[in-house]
Amino acid sequence: MNKSRQYELVYVLAPETSEQAAAELHGQVEATVARFGGALEKTDNWGRRKLAYPIGPHREGIYVLDVVAGSGELMKELERRLRVNEQVVRYLVVRVDEELRAAERARARRKADVKPRVLRATGTAEEPGEATVNEAGGNEPEESEA
Amino acid sequence: MADEQRRSGPGGRSGRGRERGGDKAAGQRRPLFRRRKVCKFCTDKIDYIDYKDVRMLTPFVPDRGKILPRRISGVCAPHQRKLQTAIKRARQLALIPYFAD
Repeated sequence: MNKSRQYELVYVLAPETSEQAAAELHGQVEATVARFGGALEKTDNWGRRKLAYPIGPHREGIYVLDVVAGSGELMKELERRLRVNEQVVRYLVVRVDEELRAAERARARRKADVKPRVLRATGTAEEPGEATVNEAGGNEPEESEA
Repeated sequence: MADEQRRSGPGGRSGRGRERGGDKAAGQRRPLFRRRKVCKFCTDKIDYIDYKDVRMLTPFVPDRGKILPRRISGVCAPHQRKLQTAIKRARQLALIPYFAD
């Protein structure tokens, strides 16, 4: 089986779309995701928003965000369905798992990096950064008291 | 009249020159002092620039709608690259304008 990938799917509905139609479309998305063996991890309805520029006759849109885990074929099918649907003014599919993982790695690297940087800074005393300030802050008051 | 104006022009310039010299003598202040710009995303430790977060992106999209160049915003190259794709994605979703006037 394909490796599961994480995608973000945002679609914009025409402002006059009824709630019923929106729910129906959401049901369609859910069904498609299930049929392809994916998982709908999160759904977020942002509600009505003003568009930054008019799209066709519309100046507002209803934004819906779905976070989907699944294969590329699934997203292809979802895109096809959204393209066909007339209520959908705009949609965007972005694969996010790699970027989020990279961000996670960067965060972990920074956490691991904090201590070595303190040592380097105190050793050379070249950069009066936060690290040296902290070190000095620990020492100076003691000296003044003595 | 015209001569006087012309004379006053260079006079003003030389005056500024004297000031500059005075500054140099007084300290190391440069005539054009620019604050060193630091990447906002590096200082705030933002690893993932989200295209959905309009409030984060708008400072880098001035009224005109163009993406603010790095030389003005001071954003580092890796973050500017990510910022660029985020802005372009937000534009597709009409969260941010392509252009405005």
